[in-house]
Amino acid sequence: MVAASTPPSLSVTLRVWRQAGPKTLGQFKDYAAKDLNPNMSFLEMLDVVNDGLTIKGEEPIAFAHDCREGICGTCSLTINGKPHGPGRAIATCQTYLRSFRDGDIIVVEPFRAAAFPLVKDLVVDRTSFDQIMQAGGFITARAGSAPEANGLPIAKGVADLAMDAAQCIGCGACVAACKNASAMLFVSAKVGHLGLLPQGQAERDRRVLAMVHTMDEAGFGSCTNQYECSAACPKTISHDFIARLNRDYLGATLRRAFQPEAATTDGGGA
Amino acid sequence: MATLDSKIPSGPLADKWRKHKVDMKLVNPANKRKYEVIVVGAGLAGSSAASSLADLGYKVKCFVFHDSPRRAHSIAAQGGINAAKNYQNDGDSVHRLFYDTIKGGDYRAREANVHRLAEVSANIIDQCVAQGVPFAREYGGLLANRSFGGAQVSRTFYARGQTGQQLLLGAYSALSRTVGQGLVELHPNSEMLDLVVVNGHAKGIIVRNLKTGAITRHAADAVILATGGYGNVFNLSTYARQSNATAIWRAYKRGACMANPCYTQIHPTCIPVSGDYQSKLTLMSESLRNDGRIWAPKKKDDAKKDPNTIAEADRDYFLERLYPSFGNLAPRDIASRAAKRVCDEGRGAGASGLGVYLDFSDAIKRLGENGVRERYGNLFAIYHEITAESGYKTPMRIYPAVHYTMGGLWVDYNLMSNVPGLFVLGEANFSDHGANRLGASALMQGLADGYFVIPYTVGDYLAGQKAGSRPSIDSAEFKAAAENVTGMSQRFLGTKGKQPVSHFHKRLGKIMWDHCGMARTKEGLESALQKLPALREEFHATVNVLGSGDTLNQSLEQAGRVADFIELGELMCRDALTREESCGGHFREEHQYPDGECKRDDEQFGHVAAWEFQGKDKTPLRNVEPLNYEFVKMSVRNYK
Repeated sequence: MVAASTPPSLSVTLRVWRQAGPKTLGQFKDYAAKDLNPNMSFLEMLDVVNDGLTIKGEEPIAFAHDCREGICGTCSLTINGKPHGPGRAIATCQTYLRSFRDGDIIVVEPFRAAAFPLVKDLVVDRTSFDQIMQAGGFITARAGSAPEANGLPIAKGVADLAMDAAQCIGCGACVAACKNASAMLFVSAKVGHLGLLPQGQAERDRRVLAMVHTMDEAGFGSCTNQYECSAACPKTISHDFIARLNRDYLGATLRRAFQPEAATTDGGGA
Repeated sequence: MATLDSKIPSGPLADKWRKHKVDMKLVNPANKRKYEVIVVGAGLAGSSAASSLADLGYKVKCFVFHDSPRRAHSIAAQGGINAAKNYQNDGDSVHRLFYDTIKGGDYRAREANVHRLAEVSANIIDQCVAQGVPFAREYGGLLANRSFGGAQVSRTFYARGQTGQQLLLGAYSALSRTVGQGLVELHPNSEMLDLVVVNGHAKGIIVRNLKTGAITRHAADAVILATGGYGNVFNLSTYARQSNATAIWRAYKRGACMANPCYTQIHPTCIPVSGDYQSKLTLMSESLRNDGRIWAPKKKDDAKKDPNTIAEADRDYFLERLYPSFGNLAPRDIASRAAKRVCDEGRGAGASGLGVYLDFSDAIKRLGENGVRERYGNLFAIYHEITAESGYKTPMRIYPAVHYTMGGLWVDYNLMSNVPGLFVLGEANFSDHGANRLGASALMQGLADGYFVIPYTVGDYLAGQKAGSRPSIDSAEFKAAAENVTGMSQRFLGTKGKQPVSHFHKRLGKIMWDHCGMARTKEGLESALQKLPALREEFHATVNVLGSGDTLNQSLEQAGRVADFIELGELMCRDALTREESCGGHFREEHQYPDGECKRDDEQFGHVAAWEFQGKDKTPLRNVEPLNYEFVKMSVRNYK
């Protein structure tokens, strides 16, 4: 307690990826960050470094961030080679400097994946995730048409498992951690969440086919079952959902082959 | 002077909304596609509004400054969402939810709006379950509930500690579906920087693409703002760092009235500030106060000591002392103000002196460490992650933090502002929470507005507008607004001063926290009203915004937002100074009962104050909408 109120300070060197825009070449640049309070968050350190740069007349480092409590999924740094840094089950914004030692050289990069094109410095474009969701990551339920909520009991275990998957914050760490830049954990989390629930059955096949198709189109790689994704996931979403996704995809493909949907049903939704 | 017609339907309270739905005009299905509606913001209110209007057949464009609609700060809400389902058979009803909300708001909200909110609350749960929101369930498979502050029934639905996330992802999935179907045109990374008003009606917006810097003009038949609250005026808050007031503030400068801007909610249990670098305050659930005891050292000399070395006799359990009947479960505003007073006396804990102890040692003696862990383990883990301290070994340090704004743009019963065609939903409007919001009611309001109110009321407005009468984006009004936006950017980039934007935001936050925070005085507010214009001038003269306007430029984004915060801060102080009473989150030290309770003045201030912009450097006009309580008696809230 007393130690925490008068902490020893630490100084580190940040080796940061700087890239002015998507079409320019990027490079690492070193910045000294001195006399830092170990209770400072990693992003607060970047705030301080950026203020120093601004005062010196150098353009500050662009990085994505928002809620700073690990739920919005905006922050997206690869720190010393690990998406979201050294901690387990946390996002970049929940990383504190006490995870580092005085004198460390810390390498800071954006989430790298072909399907996440770079915007500037440490900021990448994850629109591809939204496109996958738009293709099928939903249960169609127009406002006003919903039946009574308790009309459909759902076993607690099923609801809890669906919630485990639904916790995904859409940050993209799973993609950044994967050597193939696969988005299977992200897609499987949504397919698992909605496919487990009775409300999600009507669109179950269309959902998985459309989401996987869009994922492939967007340039994400294939899954080779290394599970780096689950290890990097700030919500520790289990790779078991990938197995579930594969089963759903196979079943949907077979059913589609033998029981094609009527052409008229292809109009909306997927 | 603005016309403030609340348009509250006549008739008995419980019949107003039903009757109004029958009376409102409709747009026929074939004509709906001829109308274009702009929705700004994609939190609970914005996403639900955009998808619902698209499903009805309107052409919808949705703008969000985030890179994805799923990032909106509704996502961070923890506790739950209220609904009058009465699944617990414990006496809940629409009327009881209405009454609790009106009373919780210290009798400063409109009766008719709040009643409608309670009426549609049950539909929200149905809607969310149909979308696949994984609410907590009992073993029998039915929905679970828990209790929340300000209510004597269990009506709060929840999804672990991530209710806001799950509700937002539900609304986001509906929005995504309509985007995928081509019914909504989604514009991420797009910040609204001006409202375009043509012939007195809101007809479009000016937008900056945050990735490319491109300034574009967008015309519509109606504009809906669902852009959230303005708590970041205080710099440090539980809000997301990017949450801002720019959309509503620029609309204010185009004639929309700003109602009750001084009503801010301060949550008592947050992790305190640890240094001047701090960017964010994190909430610790209020449920901790069920078993934790709050205290501060009696002696100033003990303030910096290890709390475990402070003798029992030297501890001041100030909530138990001051409010013996409520003790540690005193209401939010009372608990917050008491903690502040203790710290102001120099007895605050921690390096900054801004903190009090939340001590579980008695609970651990009673329940065992595992017993406490079972109830609150995840909260202790969050605390440890941020502070590196164990709440089991050492008392936690907590301090109040800004967390919601009840004030916002003035709207009538249809959620339309005094500028026709401009609608405002969710936290961005002022309408439902009066001077204090109850827990688990923000999520309810956002979704009520988006799913169940705006789909009806927008139609009523559009039915009176000729289809296809949108102005051209080349019209003089659009040109002037776009030039206004470009000019602002150029001025920031051209100032080439010395200080980063954050320097001014921190100073603004300190002025606001000191003078317009938990306790306000005439002298303090008057001094803030001296300091803020000076800060504004200094900001515009000496801010340093590097880089260019035609790429991603986060300093430029922040400069525009902080410029607006400084001006809005001034209006908040003016509103707080004029409101010579205490109510809910607005506490004027001059107006309290001897026991420290809020002393309202219903005679003088039983009204909404709606401020109207009069031009740069001119004092804004204070319009008044009387609050006519026909069904409930305004009385003193008593927590003893």
